[in-house]
Amino acid sequence: MERSIVSDGDKMYRITHKEELCETVKLFDIEAPLIAKNFKPGQFLIVRIDETGERIPLTIVDTDRINGTVRIIFQEVGKTTKKLGMLKPGDTLQDVTGPLGKPAEIEKFGKVVCVGGGVGVAPLYPQAKAFKEAGNEVISILGARRKELIILEDEIRKVSDRVYITTNDGSYGRKGFVSDVLRELLEKEKFDRVVTIGPAVMMMAVAMVTKPHNVKTIASLNAIMVDGTGMCGACRVTVGGETKFTCVDGPDFDAHLVDFRELMERQKMYISEEIRATEAYKEELESALLSVYSLLKQKKG
Amino acid sequence: MPIIKEKTKMKEQDPKERIHNFYEVALGYSPEEALREADRCLQCKNAPCIKGCPVNIDIPGFIKLIKDGKFDEAIQKIKEKNNLPGITGRVCPQEEQCEKYCTMGKKFEPVGIGRLERFVSDWETKKGIKLPEKPVPTGKKVAIVGSGPAGLTCAGDLAKLGHSVTIFESLHKPGGVLMYGIPEFRLPKKIVENEVNYIKKLGVEIKTDVVVGKTITLEELLDEYDAIFIGTGAGLPRFLGIPGENLNGVYSANEFLTRVNLMKAYRFPEYDTPVKKGKRVAVIGAGNVAMDSARTALRLGAEKVYIVYRRSEKEMPARNEEIEHAKEEGVEFLLLTTPVRITGDENYWVKQMKCIKMKLGEPDESGRRRPIPIEGSEFEIDVDLIIIAIGQRPNPLIPQTVKGLKTTKWGTIEVDENGRTSLDRVWAGGDIATGAATVIAAMGAGKRAAADIHKYLKTGE
Repeated sequence: MERSIVSDGDKMYRITHKEELCETVKLFDIEAPLIAKNFKPGQFLIVRIDETGERIPLTIVDTDRINGTVRIIFQEVGKTTKKLGMLKPGDTLQDVTGPLGKPAEIEKFGKVVCVGGGVGVAPLYPQAKAFKEAGNEVISILGARRKELIILEDEIRKVSDRVYITTNDGSYGRKGFVSDVLRELLEKEKFDRVVTIGPAVMMMAVAMVTKPHNVKTIASLNAIMVDGTGMCGACRVTVGGETKFTCVDGPDFDAHLVDFRELMERQKMYISEEIRATEAYKEELESALLSVYSLLKQKKG
Repeated sequence: MPIIKEKTKMKEQDPKERIHNFYEVALGYSPEEALREADRCLQCKNAPCIKGCPVNIDIPGFIKLIKDGKFDEAIQKIKEKNNLPGITGRVCPQEEQCEKYCTMGKKFEPVGIGRLERFVSDWETKKGIKLPEKPVPTGKKVAIVGSGPAGLTCAGDLAKLGHSVTIFESLHKPGGVLMYGIPEFRLPKKIVENEVNYIKKLGVEIKTDVVVGKTITLEELLDEYDAIFIGTGAGLPRFLGIPGENLNGVYSANEFLTRVNLMKAYRFPEYDTPVKKGKRVAVIGAGNVAMDSARTALRLGAEKVYIVYRRSEKEMPARNEEIEHAKEEGVEFLLLTTPVRITGDENYWVKQMKCIKMKLGEPDESGRRRPIPIEGSEFEIDVDLIIIAIGQRPNPLIPQTVKGLKTTKWGTIEVDENGRTSLDRVWAGGDIATGAATVIAAMGAGKRAAADIHKYLKTGE
């Protein structure tokens, strides 16, 4: 039977699958058929866990159109992502909206370097895959602080002609930064495009490395957002001297034109509130644990 | 019967109290006050007030029913034309509409039509809302994009006529600007929820978290629905384009108000969304949104709040009532002043705003006198939060993603007097078609489009 596009919207946003990629990085498959159907690499979604929750942008790794699910990977940083990480398969999310943002520009460019850092590798994967499918030679450089934070290595290998890995502490691959590898490659080879997703400081380093070689470099920015539909301007960023909204004009921009300093400062805007919320959440969890513990003790007694 | 020259006053929270809370400022009429005010209505045969109402409420009719103590019937009379009376009774600029044409108003103060509308609406909410009789289903399906005042009105009218209506809303809560824009102290969200629930009870289905143009396309909707109404509003914030505008501590009014109203940041950390609470706040602009922002900043605990406006008091676009409320609450007005540069501290945080004084020249194309900078009059004010409330542009999402939909140079969707767009089976209305205007103007557009959609569904024309 043909399914109505409307009835698809009735689904709860149920978590159907969960994996712990490392202690602080989790993977979920979530039922969201409309998003699964219309997602294109480069796009993201916005999640709200519950009635009192905030709206946070998360990156989409993959979709399963048949089962109507989207795959997300996120790192636990503050209260919302920690709370999200505690959810189990079968649990539902209050809201999932997307796919938002402009799709990445995927064409046959020739030789494409995909540079990902930390959980930035998650949204990089669908782009690398699409570049490969479009007939490009794909070279991937993955970086993280230490070995267990390298994610999706097997998946990336499947869609790349070559893969380089770096860790800050040298626990896996080469010791150092993704930009070190990229710099060396650029001295020996010619590339047609570089795509980078990860912490702002890493993307800035990548942009600085590629600039002298004049290789078009695209960065996918991770600004703070509220609605994600161009309504509030929380995610504004200066690109080539003009103010752009990451949510609707991006998230992909020419990395050589992005004001990364501004992006990094704006990302810090709510640090004190984040700390306050995370501390309060920890206390909440501890007191909940204590009361369970005392209940158990009473029962035993 | 002696003529009472003045409008019956509506009780309000004391300004000293209310700047510390988000409860509603205006407290509404008691039944006695409503009866007294209704008695002031002259029941003019030609009812000039009705021509000032964008949704043509039978104003003398409902006031007569109040006079007779028939409050239940009075609200039904309003609801023949207006599905959202609790909202319009609070936020309509009646002084420019119905009350402007009131015969009493020629010599004395006009009848408090808005206050009476609010009274009977609140009366019904307290007693339990009555639903009209279920219409015979027509089997026709209409999709509405956006659940603001235009969309809700269009949806309600079409549902009453027996059509099957679905609203698609991009945010997680229906109501559009009524939820994210207008603050709790002016329009309690409970009132919006009640009126949205009324629309749902009329049979309208509301799907949140659906961004038309992204989650589904308009073309996909056209495959499944007989007609579409676009009411996506003026959601795109305007900025000044001056140096320092992207510093931390500079908000668009949309962001500031959305954080506080929709996301309930005033209850952080109980609610997860934070908002910056400035000590010294400058709000740029002098419309209703600017007043809302200034008064919200005060309630969040600001010590000093400025309204910075480039023209004089006479040209301020906000309602008088809102300007008065802001003044009572201690907002300071820096008129004939415009910001030229924002400077930050070493942490990229707003520290100062450089302004220049203005004088008024010849009238411009808007008919208002053009402000001209006075050379050498620059001065600086210390601020730690700036809210830019200089207007919104139409939401570009649908115009950008739909082929063949004609737009104007202002980015609004081109429509005829019935709301028809250049695309077959697609109507539009509200701020997306007119540019930023009022709640009731959007409702009027939703209503006209609903009538025309109904005609099309019945006759195919």
